[in-house]
Amino acid sequence: MPTVTLAAPDDFDGWRDAARALVAGSVPPSQVTWTVAGEAGDLLGGDSALPPATAPSFSVPKAFIDMARRVVCNAEPERFALLHAALAQLRTRPKLLEDTADRLVNRLYLLDKGVRRDVHKMRAFVRFREVEDPGLPYGDERFAAWFEPEHHIVRLNAGFFVRRFAQMRWSILTPEQCVHWDTQELSFTPGAVKADAPDGDPIEATWKTYYAHIFNPARLKVNAMTKEMPKKYWKNLPEASLIPDLIAGAAERTRGMIATPSRDAAPAGAIAELRAEAAVCTRCALYGPATQTVFGEGPADARLMFVGEQPGDQEDLAGRPFIGPAGQVFDRALAAAGIERSSTYVTNAVKHFKFEPRGKRRIHAKPGTAEIDACRWWVDNERLAIKPAVTVALGATAARSLTGKTVTISKERGRPLPLPDGSELWITVHPSFLLRIEDRTQAEAEFERFVADLQAIRERVAALA
Amino acid sequence: MAHLDTRAKLAILADAAKYDASCASSGTAKRNSVGGKGLGSTEGSGICHSYAPDGRCISLLKILLTNSCIFDCHYCINRRSSNVRRAKFTVDEVVRLTLSFYKRNYIEGLFLSSGIIGSSNYTMEAMVRVARTLRLDHDFRGYIHLKSIPDADPALLDQAALYADRLSINVELPTVEGLGKLAPEKDAVRIRTAMSGLKAGIAENKEARAKYRSAPKFAPAGQSTQMIVGADAADDSAVVASASSLYGKFGLRRVYYSAFSPIPDASAVLPLVQPPLMREHRLYQADWLMRFYGFGVAEVQGATDDGMLPLDIDPKTAWALKHREQFPMDVNLAPREHLLRVPGLGVKAVNAVLRARRQRRLSLADIGRLTRGIEKLRPFLIASDWRPVALAERDDLRPRLVKAERSQLELFG
Ligand code: SF4
Repeated sequence: MPTVTLAAPDDFDGWRDAARALVAGSVPPSQVTWTVAGEAGDLLGGDSALPPATAPSFSVPKAFIDMARRVVCNAEPERFALLHAALAQLRTRPKLLEDTADRLVNRLYLLDKGVRRDVHKMRAFVRFREVEDPGLPYGDERFAAWFEPEHHIVRLNAGFFVRRFAQMRWSILTPEQCVHWDTQELSFTPGAVKADAPDGDPIEATWKTYYAHIFNPARLKVNAMTKEMPKKYWKNLPEASLIPDLIAGAAERTRGMIATPSRDAAPAGAIAELRAEAAVCTRCALYGPATQTVFGEGPADARLMFVGEQPGDQEDLAGRPFIGPAGQVFDRALAAAGIERSSTYVTNAVKHFKFEPRGKRRIHAKPGTAEIDACRWWVDNERLAIKPAVTVALGATAARSLTGKTVTISKERGRPLPLPDGSELWITVHPSFLLRIEDRTQAEAEFERFVADLQAIRERVAALA
Repeated sequence: MAHLDTRAKLAILADAAKYDASCASSGTAKRNSVGGKGLGSTEGSGICHSYAPDGRCISLLKILLTNSCIFDCHYCINRRSSNVRRAKFTVDEVVRLTLSFYKRNYIEGLFLSSGIIGSSNYTMEAMVRVARTLRLDHDFRGYIHLKSIPDADPALLDQAALYADRLSINVELPTVEGLGKLAPEKDAVRIRTAMSGLKAGIAENKEARAKYRSAPKFAPAGQSTQMIVGADAADDSAVVASASSLYGKFGLRRVYYSAFSPIPDASAVLPLVQPPLMREHRLYQADWLMRFYGFGVAEVQGATDDGMLPLDIDPKTAWALKHREQFPMDVNLAPREHLLRVPGLGVKAVNAVLRARRQRRLSLADIGRLTRGIEKLRPFLIASDWRPVALAERDDLRPRLVKAERSQLELFG
């Protein structure tokens, strides 16, 4: 029984030469074993000698060659034998391929379709990441991607990426085979593991922003999505990590879209509008465990705006800023400095409570820079709506949110700093800092300093009038 | 807006574009970046690089240049009187976003639309500048779709057509009355004038290119349009008639339907309920019947009940149930035009039937191999081994078909 061993799983030329000889030698397809070098079946060995051709070679339709070129790349072990069988039949039935309802042809057609689909998915779902490469002259970019195809399509599909990214240096790594393009030539190397590919690219954050916002929550159709983008691809698509949250938040966002007060019905202030939108904010992960968004409070024409760190346990439950222990210290200091809290706008840099559950208690956790930066969206917009003459950052988190950088409070407190819109920023400590000082005298001294800062601020606001 | 970085603008300007249904990046001239200086290729059919949880494909970076607008169209989130936050990209920002997304294989190209700021010409000019910078400065060979501003200077539309693969102009609403009520500042006549200008330009360019290969390409992927469904009172018969007259008059490649979606800060003139997404789906199916299956407008209208396509069965099945006397049909004998009328038998399957039956007679199992499923087809077909009772004699048919359609629809979500 003849065994044909092909050089590689996608060795079309090898299959064609062998199949041609077998058909010409009238060897019945059922008697041939096809294997690929290095694959299990190969170990059994066998008689690889092909019979001498006893019949003249014959021509086959180009459509068959095109299809066979793809079908050979299918992972189905039977593919070579099925193609061989079709080739043998073509000799007596040259129009065989036109009968796609025929069992064999249909089988090949489905194998072909599987490969085409895989080729298409690779074109769609390869995600290049920029690679740092100090060896390259400045300005030269290099990109690499990790992809896991279902079939043996890397070689078959390489041309597409060359045509599309002809001037780019790139590599696509896959478990079975890797392909590289240096703007001149293609090369192939053995398979790799995911860790060999770069694992991040700064642009991905921007891409995810796009993905989250181009989605219309009023039209949720999850099945339609997973049909075209099956879950097995998700792990290598940066945007897919957003999907669960987008789905979970869709109903609420839709309600938010409809419930946002209409201007024709009742002209709503910009702050009310922002508050409604922030109520369904999912810009960072903090919205998940928290009870609700704690948005700013105060008159829309306030000239003085305070920005604290983030809501605490009590604020999270009540939905209002600065009402817990730190809020009480804050109220006392304001009164001492002669500032009417109800004339100011009070808000937080981060609008959701961040905590770690400890038994039945929720322990305050400091917001990270990513959260501060995500939530800055709201502070910026609150400032845009209120247009305060003076904005006060209470503590380092607020300072980071308003300046975009890390600042040392002791260095910056007690004097105005210009903000890009021409108004003033003052930086001072957060009231909770005062709560944490254990030494009584020192605590009192710090409280006085805080009040002094507030007084200076009150005078400044008056002077700016 | 004071200090929004590109990413914050992207959030606003992608948000503003999410109501637009059109996304296709197909049907343009083939080209690639081999031998060029930049990047990009198009190979006929577009690629969907991702899917959003709303089931829609993401193939292009679809954004607005700005969401500020001097108009006050009621259905539009960007209208003058809306309270949404505003942002505006610079030309350079859009160019950089497009290129960096493209290089990472996130997208096929750019679909740029815009609110109208300053004047229509000013806005259109900025959009053309984006496309020109991409094409000329960066030798970008990916796909570009520009949503044109209808009352911009025709010379600007001509320029746009030199750099863009596809241009579109929204007709917005199916009827002139609807437009008058919901977008009083938009002029139906001007929209249609702009569309016929484009049609003429595309046709002239075809002739020029037949004579001189070097003539520059002019919107090689043609023009398309979008209309909003469910915001006004127009029924499906009116929508279908409107679409068909647009295809005919302006040689459009596609008419997109967008089920009116609730928008934040909606105008009081609008209905607060959204039309079922299924309505949009049925309208697309009706569109296919006209474009690929040889159905006339009147026939699609005939499949409606009082002007509305049924939501529980597809329009072709609805039509077949009203023309029972024509079924069952013999797959081994019926001509192509007739086979195309069989519910559940698509263009591909019909072509395969015709090819295969030249060699032999086909059985029901053969047909099963060529289609998604045989359940729905059974009552409509006669095959070598199958003959159902005449359709006209069955009154239990519709519920059975609804069931078959349901199980298939799972696939569509
Ligand atoms: S913390 Fe800020 S950014 Fe994060 S979800 Fe809450 S409001 Fe949004």
